[in-house]
Amino acid sequence: MTVIIGLEIHCQLNTRSKMFCGCAAGYQDSEPNTHVCPVCLGLPGSLPGINRTAVMYALKVAKALDCEVPPESEFSRKNYFYPDLPKGFQITQYDKPLAVRGSLLIDGEDGEKAVRITRVHMEEDPGRLVHMGGGDRPRYTLVDYNRSGIPLIEIVTEPDLRSPKEARKFLNKLRATLEYLGVFDSDREGSIRVDANISMEGHARVEIKNISSYKGVEKALTFEVTRQKNAIRRGVKIERETRHFVEARGVTTSSRSKEEENDYRYFPEPDLPPLRVSGWVEDIELPELPDARRQRFIDQYACSPEHARTLTGGIRLAGFYEEVAPVDPPLAATWVADVLLGELSYRDMGIDSVPVHVFRELLEILRAGTITDKNGVDVLRTLLDQVRERQECESPAACIVRLDLGKKAGGEIDRIINTVVRSNPGAVSDVKAGKKGAVHFLVGQVMKETRGRADPAELNRLLLEEIDRLEG
Amino acid sequence: MDQVFRFEPKDRYNAFITTRNDVPFGEGSLSGIPLAVKDNISTAGIPTTCGSAILEGYIPPYDAHVISCILREGCALVGKTNMDEFGMGTTTENSAFGPTLNPADISRVPGGSSGGSAAAVAAGMVPIALGTDTGGSIRCPSAFCGIVGMKPTYGRVSRYGLVAYANSLELIGPMARSVQDVSLLLKVISAYDPRDATMTDRPYLHTPAAKVAGCRIGVPEEFFGSGVDPKVASVVWDAIERLEGMGAEIVTCRMPSMAYALAAYYVICMSEASSNLARFDGVRYGPPADTRKTWHESYSDRRGTGFGAEVRRRIMLGTFALSSGYYGKYYAKAQAARQMVRDDFQRLFSEVDLLAGPTMPTVAFRLGEKTDPLSMYLSDILTVPANLAGIPAISIPCGEVEGMPVGLQIMGPRFHDENVIDAAFAYELEGRS
Repeated sequence: MTVIIGLEIHCQLNTRSKMFCGCAAGYQDSEPNTHVCPVCLGLPGSLPGINRTAVMYALKVAKALDCEVPPESEFSRKNYFYPDLPKGFQITQYDKPLAVRGSLLIDGEDGEKAVRITRVHMEEDPGRLVHMGGGDRPRYTLVDYNRSGIPLIEIVTEPDLRSPKEARKFLNKLRATLEYLGVFDSDREGSIRVDANISMEGHARVEIKNISSYKGVEKALTFEVTRQKNAIRRGVKIERETRHFVEARGVTTSSRSKEEENDYRYFPEPDLPPLRVSGWVEDIELPELPDARRQRFIDQYACSPEHARTLTGGIRLAGFYEEVAPVDPPLAATWVADVLLGELSYRDMGIDSVPVHVFRELLEILRAGTITDKNGVDVLRTLLDQVRERQECESPAACIVRLDLGKKAGGEIDRIINTVVRSNPGAVSDVKAGKKGAVHFLVGQVMKETRGRADPAELNRLLLEEIDRLEG
Repeated sequence: MDQVFRFEPKDRYNAFITTRNDVPFGEGSLSGIPLAVKDNISTAGIPTTCGSAILEGYIPPYDAHVISCILREGCALVGKTNMDEFGMGTTTENSAFGPTLNPADISRVPGGSSGGSAAAVAAGMVPIALGTDTGGSIRCPSAFCGIVGMKPTYGRVSRYGLVAYANSLELIGPMARSVQDVSLLLKVISAYDPRDATMTDRPYLHTPAAKVAGCRIGVPEEFFGSGVDPKVASVVWDAIERLEGMGAEIVTCRMPSMAYALAAYYVICMSEASSNLARFDGVRYGPPADTRKTWHESYSDRRGTGFGAEVRRRIMLGTFALSSGYYGKYYAKAQAARQMVRDDFQRLFSEVDLLAGPTMPTVAFRLGEKTDPLSMYLSDILTVPANLAGIPAISIPCGEVEGMPVGLQIMGPRFHDENVIDAAFAYELEGRS
């Protein structure tokens, strides 16, 4: 059964001021209703004025997504009542969007594929409702208009995605692209919201509204695939409907409430003249985008294609890699992509929290070979735990000395090997009989004695030599 | 602002909703002149009701652009004038604060919706006032009360702070007893304001010069159609002949789009109103919504009781006109008709310099005379074309019918407000001599 998915992604643009007024757009850490004015409060008589930077940001996105920008686009009013919507309508774009017909390359399930972009348009964010008194029946609800008027772009794809995983990959690629353009801050709470349309080929389409996290999109779609496939298998008709994703339970629920059925009565916004900005596009110089940077990582640092893809997946990660790569590009690629990212994810930490000079020093030590890989990981874990607890850490060298994790000098290792071989005659005769497992046992014993400070490959060789020597 | 104007009007006509007694004023071209402002223009610290109960208690935290302009020129803002609720009416009877009476005859309406401003000027309570004109709301009461009132070119005066009724049609304009005062006030309020994206940076800097000789003035036959009272028509024809006597060339012409203008106007203004007035929900200002109910119940209550009957009617009709399935039939058709009106004016102004005709088809109605909305709407037929096309139009007194004033309407091409003023000024001077 072919799965058909299309996405509508709303992203907040990280402009300094709002879409239609001069209020500061950075509201996350502010007291409620402190970044407001007559315009974003929708006071009677106020008029919207277009933020040119927001238009420029949206055009950057359009250009990066290889869209056409028609000579004229238009703002429209989307009319509906809701307490977070101060004017009783949202200024958005309807039948004349800013940009149309673009595409974005992703690594799909069957290799690279182009996902077609239907349109990119601009709109304003509504305010935010804060339900007080908890649970399903809040005692009362407060409205914070700091978010009201934050510039958004809506990016709509064609139904080109074939699995929840592809949808996630598309979102990751889109996020990286927006970050590279410098128009979007993915760390900002609520900075991205997704509506997903999903159907099984030949069956009705279901819309899942307002998913507010990247992981949520894949979860919600995965749930829907299972639900729809099961329904079809049981012969139940799929209803065309809107569903909501309940993040906490990982399920979607039907929302067939009459109150939510709207006729938005779109019409052109009389307060804003048509936008004629296609001429601006030519002058936009795009920065290096993820695909170009990935290729450069392969060319310049000899990264493997997989490492290059991982390392360019976020602009901060890519920047971090380029700062530590000079130590030893392949070593740095392995340690950042295969070790560091996992450790960060496990601790729910971001790449920003890793001090570059600390990681560089660790890479230098690893390259010099004065510490084993295993103990290198231990050092990294120790340092990350320190950062998480107190936003700073000791130097790798100090950590190695403190925990005595340096490689053992030859004489000490020889002594331990000698002891282990002598006290395990059974294992030694097994080795002589050609049993490979016995060598591993002996290696393990030595490792235990040295508390991991020996190189396992090296140990293997030394052990066999010692056993040979005993025979002779 | 250390000087104070003492304002103690005997408001026998209910022209004002709010008055101030000790009014500070400053230096400037309007220094010390008492000025009245229609109550749909936002004034910081002074209630702004739009003639509606739904805005009871609302005090704007900011000044409309035109208010900043007039205060900068030193005027004494003495009060806020009565109006049809949100500008929806032709009589100033649709006000939550009771009707305004016509100073020329208190059994008659002053016209609307800027009836309070017109009555305040006509009664001599103030020499100048600000009104707003969506489909004739400055020119109608000016004609009915016997004063001068002008709707400037759309885009020439900032709408920032004007509480929107129908954004694409309406504008703030001057009302006074003379063309010169109208011109002076227009000069003050036409300062450019980037906050109104539909504004053009072409301030009106003109000083009126009586100039009508050699001017080609067109008179569209449709402006003397069947709905126009023959006695009013006759007075207006006399005025047009007087213009001819002053050296103007009078040519009759046709304006076929007049057949659709009124319908187009009402579909557009009601559609825009249905959206503009959505914000009055009791959440942020005005009498608060009942928070014990669900939000949509309290919205319905608030809007059901806060708005008057005419406003509710227009919101419902506008909502209907924009509904999916009807948009093409009404709103889109109205836009097409609006374009025909624009095209007609453009064609006419390639042949003539100005157009002239009556401002209103009749003299002022008696209070309560117009009971059915449709006959009320029909009386706007001569004023709405200028709003649909965004052209400047002025109404000046040109005589009387049975003791009631009649207005002569002069219209010009977009951004030719100066020529309109000059012709009106010439007519006014001729009348005085």
